[in-house]
Amino acid sequence: MGEISALIVDDSSVMRKIVERALRQAGLAIASVFEAASGVEGLDILSSQRVDLILSDINMPNMDGLEFLRQLRSQNLAPGVPVVMITTEGSEDHVREAIIAGAQGYIRKPFTTEQVKERVLPLIGA
Amino acid sequence: MASAAKQIDPVSLYSHAMDEAVAEVFSLMMGIACASVDDCPVDEPETISAVIGLAGAMSGTCVLRGGERAAVRIASALTGMEMLSLDETVKDAVGEICNMIAGAWKGKLPTLASSCMLSTPTVVTGTNYQLHTQRPELRIDRYYRFDAITFSVTLVCESMQ
Repeated sequence: MGEISALIVDDSSVMRKIVERALRQAGLAIASVFEAASGVEGLDILSSQRVDLILSDINMPNMDGLEFLRQLRSQNLAPGVPVVMITTEGSEDHVREAIIAGAQGYIRKPFTTEQVKERVLPLIGA
Repeated sequence: MASAAKQIDPVSLYSHAMDEAVAEVFSLMMGIACASVDDCPVDEPETISAVIGLAGAMSGTCVLRGGERAAVRIASALTGMEMLSLDETVKDAVGEICNMIAGAWKGKLPTLASSCMLSTPTVVTGTNYQLHTQRPELRIDRYYRFDAITFSVTLVCESMQ
């Protein structure tokens, strides 16, 4: 796969940068990264931008990651684009809830570059 | 002959899980070894406290508290950028580390993993302040050291369901 564009949704600007760095360290060639501080901002970006990959936190103010995911699917924004949840909420119940809402992958914080590589690269055919 | 089930001391259980959670977060996210110590001398005038609220099976807070040196070092290691003072990025980084520690901690406890929710972080900075909680059911103070810098993590349980 060539260069991709990614959307990173997290209320922490530090975490957005860390996720971007982890994607690059995992070997992804990233042409552009869009950043959103909430689900609302994420939906807004997706209404005008095309991305190849979405990574989202769950626990956020305004609109959390699961609601963002549900809205994303119900509004048919970014159809076919894989969504990976990155969150501290790592129990089986939370993973199941995210998968039901339409996530393709799940990474629990704290994470390693190796985990990002294993769980993200197969989703984008890299 | 029936044997009585062994009662597990919650202070010991929660403390052990906290030590593991702190070591895991520091190792995986910053590549830093961080170990528990007996006390936490913070002789800096300005301190930072990151607070994560716990709700559900356990109501309470998880508070990471340290001096400016600890905060700046944590943020620098987490972001890979050199931080110099307690700016917004440093506060954000310390809040996220506390969030990850609280998440990793409850994830190690089967009774809390799915049934205890975390709030987004609140970060307080200043001098000579106290965070007050009314009559907690349980309070655990743990102290940690990395790179010759100490900080504390306090778990305050107001109620259990």
